[in-house]
Amino acid sequence: MCEKCVNAKYVSQKISKTRWRPVSHSSLQQPDIFATGSWDNEDNKISFWSIGNHGSSGMDEGFEGDPQLLCEHKHDGDVLDLQFLDQDRIVTTSSTGAVTIFRHHQNSQTISVSQRWPRVHRYPCDNAPCTGVVCSSPEIVTVGEDGKIIVFRADQEGVIRVIENADSSTIHAVTYLRTTEILTVNSIGQLKLWDLRQQSNSPSQILSLSGDRLPLHCVDRHPNQQHIVATGGQDGMLCVWDVRQGSTPFSLMEAHSAEMWEVHFHPTNPDHLFTCSEDGSLLHWETSTHSDMPSFLQGGRNNSMISRSAMAPAGGNQSLISTWLSGDSSKGRLETTHMLPSQTLSVNSLDVLGQCLVCGTDGEAIFVNRQVPV
Amino acid sequence: MEELDVEPAITNIPAASDGKHLGFAWGPGDILAYETLYMAPGCSFIHEVRKDEDIYSPILRKLFNESHHIFVGLQTIREDLPSKNKKTQFVSISKNYRSVIRACMEELQQVLQKWPRNMEIRYVSILLAIELIWNLCEVLFIDAAPAGPLLLHLLDWVRLHKGDVDEKAREVLQSESPAEHHDYWDVVVSYVLQGRFEEARQMLVKQATLQPAARNMYKLMDTLLSKMPFYNPGGTQTLTEFDVKWRHWHEEVDRCLQDNSFASNQHLEIICKILVGDEDTLLEHKELLSTWYHFLVTRLLFCHPTVKPTELHYYAQSCMTMFLDLRSVPEPLDSILLAAFEFDIHQVIKDCSIALNNWWFVAHLTDLLDHCKLLQSHNLHFGSNLREFLLLEYASGLFTHHSLWQLAVDYFDNCPEFGHVYLELQIERVPLDTERKALKVLRICEQRQMSEQVRSICKIMAMRALRNNRLGSALSWSIRAKDAAFATLISERFLQDYCARGTFSDLDLIDNLGPAMLLSDRLTFLVKYREFHKLYEENRFSEAAKLLLSLITAKIAPRSFWMTLLTDALPLLEQKEVSHSAHCPYLLLYHLTCLVYGFIVFCYGSSCKVDQLLTSLIKESVCRFAGLGPEGLGTPKV
Repeated sequence: MCEKCVNAKYVSQKISKTRWRPVSHSSLQQPDIFATGSWDNEDNKISFWSIGNHGSSGMDEGFEGDPQLLCEHKHDGDVLDLQFLDQDRIVTTSSTGAVTIFRHHQNSQTISVSQRWPRVHRYPCDNAPCTGVVCSSPEIVTVGEDGKIIVFRADQEGVIRVIENADSSTIHAVTYLRTTEILTVNSIGQLKLWDLRQQSNSPSQILSLSGDRLPLHCVDRHPNQQHIVATGGQDGMLCVWDVRQGSTPFSLMEAHSAEMWEVHFHPTNPDHLFTCSEDGSLLHWETSTHSDMPSFLQGGRNNSMISRSAMAPAGGNQSLISTWLSGDSSKGRLETTHMLPSQTLSVNSLDVLGQCLVCGTDGEAIFVNRQVPV
Repeated sequence: MEELDVEPAITNIPAASDGKHLGFAWGPGDILAYETLYMAPGCSFIHEVRKDEDIYSPILRKLFNESHHIFVGLQTIREDLPSKNKKTQFVSISKNYRSVIRACMEELQQVLQKWPRNMEIRYVSILLAIELIWNLCEVLFIDAAPAGPLLLHLLDWVRLHKGDVDEKAREVLQSESPAEHHDYWDVVVSYVLQGRFEEARQMLVKQATLQPAARNMYKLMDTLLSKMPFYNPGGTQTLTEFDVKWRHWHEEVDRCLQDNSFASNQHLEIICKILVGDEDTLLEHKELLSTWYHFLVTRLLFCHPTVKPTELHYYAQSCMTMFLDLRSVPEPLDSILLAAFEFDIHQVIKDCSIALNNWWFVAHLTDLLDHCKLLQSHNLHFGSNLREFLLLEYASGLFTHHSLWQLAVDYFDNCPEFGHVYLELQIERVPLDTERKALKVLRICEQRQMSEQVRSICKIMAMRALRNNRLGSALSWSIRAKDAAFATLISERFLQDYCARGTFSDLDLIDNLGPAMLLSDRLTFLVKYREFHKLYEENRFSEAAKLLLSLITAKIAPRSFWMTLLTDALPLLEQKEVSHSAHCPYLLLYHLTCLVYGFIVFCYGSSCKVDQLLTSLIKESVCRFAGLGPEGLGTPKV
């Protein structure tokens, strides 16, 4: 993994979130535009950047061409989460409890506020930061420190549905499990499934770690196998869960020495997983089961992280069970590589699409890698 | 401080009206000034006077971030490396710092091209000066070149900081007839003054082709220029050999001058005089030299190329005197450079500290010099050494910034004596608006074993959560701090809620606490009590009874709850499965009795009335237990 492929661009703002603009599945283009949100500034901003990958295949070096700023817009409060709604619009959630949709006008390279829901997350006499958002156009679901889950529709004023008191502690992240089911993680280490078709205000399932109930900060679902979910929490452990079976994680792997802020399966190549953490590292996890040989006969390979299986796979056809669930290095190989030069401040966010990876840090730097080996 | 170095600067507060008295209070990085009047009505303005506005510049922020990265890297250089390797590393780190400064400067210049009126224009000259000083310090102190290479490095230094020669040359070359351009000779002379003979010769060729009659003269000049010896550090030639060679060349040039070989061409004559090192000629070209240090280096190049580092200050002083007007006062930059030539590091640092607004430059430079073991460690009056003092000042300034405080943490970490204390005091002031920020601050504190601060931050967040009725959040914060007292407080809230409403709130929390419930007795009681309720609802009475029994025997129930426990216990006793199991009901009864007795004594004090009450109570419960009616005790069924 060549470190020269990664260059830091210093941007004078601490980056809390970065996301690639989605590329259409039909084209084989690599992503070229990403959005960032800042935090902890007196004037926070959302910005759009380009790495100039337009139709250029066979681009020689990964580090050529720093990201160029296209446009930016003021944002009220810290940007706590950011998602692309479609090619032109992003949804952001703020520490003031507001949810905003911004539209990026590509011709004039300007940004305008398309829609805004101020103070949707709040306490009786104060604003509550809105910590996570997930969207599947036109539906938007947000969660916050007030323990509420709120469902919106883009282009409709007002909220569609509020699940009050969904959680007695802070909900840190949310993701879709299926089109009508969502998963949330909270600060007492619980994973909750919600069925949005039902009118009840309680989760359909609650999963949690045995042992210490440490906060979970991020969650992501396997792109193809919808029952497999990965989470990361305060202790930096990567947990992989099977939501069909049991209420405890399938495997636990020591990943980082501090809070894990984001975990992402690669959208098209789910044998690859990426995690980033407060300890300043970004890890690339790669698993494979192509070989029948036990790993100790396969020759020296580095970085098999220590893993602990919570329980063995419950019978059935071994080849159909994803290697993420085995978590045990004798069944498949699990390789981990550091992707950043050491000694950065916390890596707050990452996104990966195609062969491109972008991440933002508290050292006010953005790193872009265009040659991720997937 | 014993004496003042300079007069204190006066800052006017524009918004404060004349004739008003001003009171003030020191803050961590700024001063709050307020107007006061001895007679009412008072004014309600408070002015915040910020000393350091540099940290708020968006472009300079990149400087702070990038240099932080370099700084952290520098601290990890291993002590046990041989000094030669370390020197190369230090030089490369110094170059890194300088490239960061240059990157900042370039960006500033780009911004100023687009928006010429931008306030940040003042930083351009400051950054230029900083880079100049740093470069000189690198040459003299860090690289510490001996005689020979010293001059070459100084030449590089001057060339780097006189960029307008190349611009002029470009202009001249791009014109139709370069040799006839009005700046042509200026460019040639500038090249010669900087020792760039290759470029000078190329330029002269153009003139030579225009004047075929003077071909021999130009050829002679070309030969002289090409034959000037330059010391080659990597070669086998010793300094003495080089010196001999140079003297020969010098004599040759002198001969050409005496022979009037260039008498017919005024320009070439001037160049020849420069080559021989004639001071008056050099001084005539003050405009091209533009600075006394350029004059110094040029003079050394043509008079003493084997100058030793220890001789530098003598030449520097004399050059400065010759170059500058007798009446003009030397600028701060001039005295700093002079101090550098005199190898007085402390004077350099001191003058820079006074001249600059921000501690960035002196802190990083001093740190680097300290790593090179160039600073004598003499203690300051304040107890720590110079390096630590400057780093602390710089980092404290950073801490007042709403965003850059995170960088300051690493600086404090590398101040062995006072860094920890400073960090402890400063970290508590960081405002915690969101949980995410609080988590980051907590992580910083936990990694440095600052348990006081951890407790205090968790308590703040837990109280806030409690005020907003977020009991689960409050509990997760007290678990993080291992704060049993707070966990007890939260459990009390839960129990109060239960008493008020008859049901538990936040069941998802209580049912799923796991081992965290052992944090405090009250919390354990709460969880177990809820479990008891669940067992009861599921009609698992014997288990419920056992649980209740253990709750009572463990004596973790709060007094206020004893009545409730009693009330819960009584219907249990009626359940068949409980009454028919072997030990349980007897034990239950026994303990209940003790409980009741204690409770009544607690409430009413001891008296015979109490005894009466107690007896009747026990009778009633035994009757009920035995399945007898309220009429009286008969023979118990067995």
